[in-house]
Amino acid sequence: MRNSLLILSLAAMALVGCQRSTDGASSGSTTSSGGQLKIVYIPKNSGNPYFNEVVRGFEEAAKAAGADFTTTAPATAEATSQIDLIKAQIQRRVDVIAISANSPDALNVVLDEAKAAGIAVITVDSDLVGNESHRDAAVVPTDFTKVGESQIELLGSQINYEGEIAILSATRDAPNQNSWIEGMNETLKQPKYAKMKLVETVYGDDEPQKSTTEFEALLAKHPTLRGVVSPTSVGLAAAAQALATAEAYPGGAKANGPGLMLTGLSTPNQLKKFVQDGVVKGFQLWSPYDMGVLACNLGIAIKKGEVTPKEGAEFEDPKLGKVAFGKNNVLSAGPLVTFDKSNIDKYNF
Amino acid sequence: MRKILTRPEFVPAVLLILAFIAGTIQSPYFLDVRYLLDSTGPYAETGLLVIGLTFVIISGNIDLSVASNLAFVACATAKLAQIGLPMPAAATIGVLIGGLLGAFNGALVAYAKLPSFLVTLGTLALFRGMAQALMGSASVQVPSSFVGADRLDLPLLGVPLPFGIMIVFVVVLGLTLHRTIFGRWTFAVGTNEEAAFFASVPTPAVKFRIFVLAGLLAGLAGVLIDSRLGVARFDHARGLELEAITAVVLGGVSITGGRGSMIGSLLALLLIAVLKTQMILANITSEVQLTVTGTLLIVAVAITGVATRLSAPRKA
Amino acid sequence: MLAKVAKSREMRTLILVILVFAIAAFKEPRLLSASSISSILLWIPLLTVMAVGQMLVIVTRGIDVSVGSMLGLSGMLTGMLFRAHPDLNLALGAGASLGIGAVLGLINGGLIAWAKIPPIITTLGTLSVYRGLTFIVSGGHQIDSNNIPSALTEWSLRGPVTIGGVTLPWLLVFALLAVGLGYFLTNKTVLGRNLYAIGSRPEAAHLRGVPVGKSVFACYVICGALAGFAGLLYASRYGFVNPATAGSGMELTVIAATVIGGCDVKGGSGSVGGVLLGCILLGVVNVALAVLGVAADWQVLVYGSVILIALGLDAFASRRQAKEVAA
Repeated sequence: MRNSLLILSLAAMALVGCQRSTDGASSGSTTSSGGQLKIVYIPKNSGNPYFNEVVRGFEEAAKAAGADFTTTAPATAEATSQIDLIKAQIQRRVDVIAISANSPDALNVVLDEAKAAGIAVITVDSDLVGNESHRDAAVVPTDFTKVGESQIELLGSQINYEGEIAILSATRDAPNQNSWIEGMNETLKQPKYAKMKLVETVYGDDEPQKSTTEFEALLAKHPTLRGVVSPTSVGLAAAAQALATAEAYPGGAKANGPGLMLTGLSTPNQLKKFVQDGVVKGFQLWSPYDMGVLACNLGIAIKKGEVTPKEGAEFEDPKLGKVAFGKNNVLSAGPLVTFDKSNIDKYNF
Repeated sequence: MRKILTRPEFVPAVLLILAFIAGTIQSPYFLDVRYLLDSTGPYAETGLLVIGLTFVIISGNIDLSVASNLAFVACATAKLAQIGLPMPAAATIGVLIGGLLGAFNGALVAYAKLPSFLVTLGTLALFRGMAQALMGSASVQVPSSFVGADRLDLPLLGVPLPFGIMIVFVVVLGLTLHRTIFGRWTFAVGTNEEAAFFASVPTPAVKFRIFVLAGLLAGLAGVLIDSRLGVARFDHARGLELEAITAVVLGGVSITGGRGSMIGSLLALLLIAVLKTQMILANITSEVQLTVTGTLLIVAVAITGVATRLSAPRKA
Repeated sequence: MLAKVAKSREMRTLILVILVFAIAAFKEPRLLSASSISSILLWIPLLTVMAVGQMLVIVTRGIDVSVGSMLGLSGMLTGMLFRAHPDLNLALGAGASLGIGAVLGLINGGLIAWAKIPPIITTLGTLSVYRGLTFIVSGGHQIDSNNIPSALTEWSLRGPVTIGGVTLPWLLVFALLAVGLGYFLTNKTVLGRNLYAIGSRPEAAHLRGVPVGKSVFACYVICGALAGFAGLLYASRYGFVNPATAGSGMELTVIAATVIGGCDVKGGSGSVGGVLLGCILLGVVNVALAVLGVAADWQVLVYGSVILIALGLDAFASRRQAKEVAA
């Protein structure tokens, strides 16, 4: 017992010791060194090819602007660990925090703390839907209201606007996914798409195994299915492999009639092989790299006071040119690109 | 001298001091009491799990389900508040649910005599699955009046409320472990269950109560996480059991039971908190952190194993 | 007597498989379509290969929760090997995945058998360490489909035998080989007999001269090698290897399959046949859930319940047995 008391008091001394030295430490480091802006980007999770490309955009834009850039991410896409990461950035006295939020509401408190500390807060790719006041501006990769329509148009053009179709999504509550699915449903009401019938929407939770099983179940349940849209890169890559294995693609050994057309959203590298083999004809994505560039430049400009985000206001990006803020201070980076056999070799990400 | 060296608290105490020194050298932002105290929020929750696990592991068992229990309670509490229950009632029921889940583990281990690592491996999945079935992948908001306990400082001491709560439990349950008959039974069950039984220790009842205690503490941690984050999600605190178990064995509790102390567990928890804060502050990637935590767990068990062998009386 | 109980356990699992399949097929006849059947047949192999290794470990009263991470790390390293040498012989790739897994299992086994760290702690630790290493070696970049040889992904498609239009894919052939290996080890070798002896009564096994340390060590190495090989099968089946998702959480499925298959968690009993049936049951359940359109949110709940129900049945059965003996 005596020893434990000794140890406790030692620990207490350590705590007290640091209390004294704090004042010196904090007063010495309130101004950022050398006037170089410190910018940090927190993706949803590490090991995700999509975010690796966003990071590359940040890196190069920061280099061009002479800013100090770092990135850090949780191992799995969950919100709680992002909180600790943001807290640490506030303590590191960064100037700009850019984040792809894992939850539209779990980060509110800590982002307010960051804003109160004078940090410019920008959401990238995934916005805080319904909680927009907790960040300064948002950068989305493309005009999200048009994604659903473009995807249906792409699939429609591949199947002559006729037949049963299905959607393979990520999780049931993913805000981006749901807004795109809503857009798809709206688009299907147009007369042009009257002969396309959405039979089912299934969820693969962005897990390869689950996405594969759900996709194969679609094949079993709807033998006359003509098309599947998977607006998530994990789902699309898993579905493409499953489709190749089932040989049900147009021209495949077990294709039913004209075969099943698969499309969706994905980075080009993940589907290159399937496009070359003819399993997938074409799919889309925006440029995550451009999104990183725009977010980085916007963050720096907001911190320097060069731009005040406001609906209708314009921001001049040194690389991408003029972009206008939409509702809730949302900027979109660029158009959707369609990848197919003719152009996929030009991309490497 | 030899006595101090072989005490369970020795290793974590030394490492803690070293970690403080390392942190100070490594980052100019580390030694900031306000920041360090503000960072205690999550560790107060881990700490409550650590206290429960200290009892569980000293009794020769393990509870892998504590973090899932925490997540289910967090979700259930938020749901109860959402359907209109006043927050104090929802929180109380939440803690009790935690106890109930603990009782489920305890009954299977103590009375059905199943190995605790398998029972709680099953309930690790079961409780997490229950939370997911309850919530889907959506989050549920907690009433705003209940949010922010971690930003309330206790008067006089100046430490955040959750940390204060944890310290109170460390003291009370530390005394229970080291100064009461229940504590002695806990050690007895962990040292040699059969011998304890023949020495008229009510071994099943002791084990059962320990699991209930661990469940109640996990439930309390679940309520605290609701207050800290303002939203409940099924994936809260995923993998936190690993960190808590690491703290307990690093604190000198023998994984085979019968040996350990509450102060050791507390010191080890602080050590892990300091290490993690440093790593996050240095933007060390999460995967490296994962590797460090895992290695630390194995090394901690290995060290206490050696320490136990050293401190054991030499056989003639 | 013991053999009888083991047999009845297998019977129980078999009846359950048939029952679940019949009910699900009755509700949704499309479960009987060729594409559903092949979906089930392709779901099972990965799990079976890992479950055979897990069974050997559980027989000795151990557990290995690091199998999912071993799959991930081995799959990643093997994938990187293929990326660097696209023309690499598949047999060499298979050997590499087995070897990498064996090395990881060797670390587990060493810590357990010689450093005397309890299996649950060791493998809980390496679960994190191996997953972290998967990120570190890959630099956080996944192996894309164009880096995986087509010959490998064709393992899920082509095979040596075709029966009535349904091809028996190589993937399944390898799973059956793993089952055969498990059968041989448990029934025909000294090591197998030793593992059962250790699980039944470790102290007695030691006194009878069973090399406890060596045997325990060996079963973790085998478990690791099989999990490593499963990494290669994963690349074949899914066509890409992501450092975060490859094998993540699979330990629960594997353990569930093993205990459903009748491995006594108190060690000392369990058969390869039962484990195979356990894997088939989970495959049927999973595909049936998807075909019936049950939300994925319930899956973890199902696994947890299944483990606990299997445990409960075990406890119940062994109590009745104890009573019979006493009577």
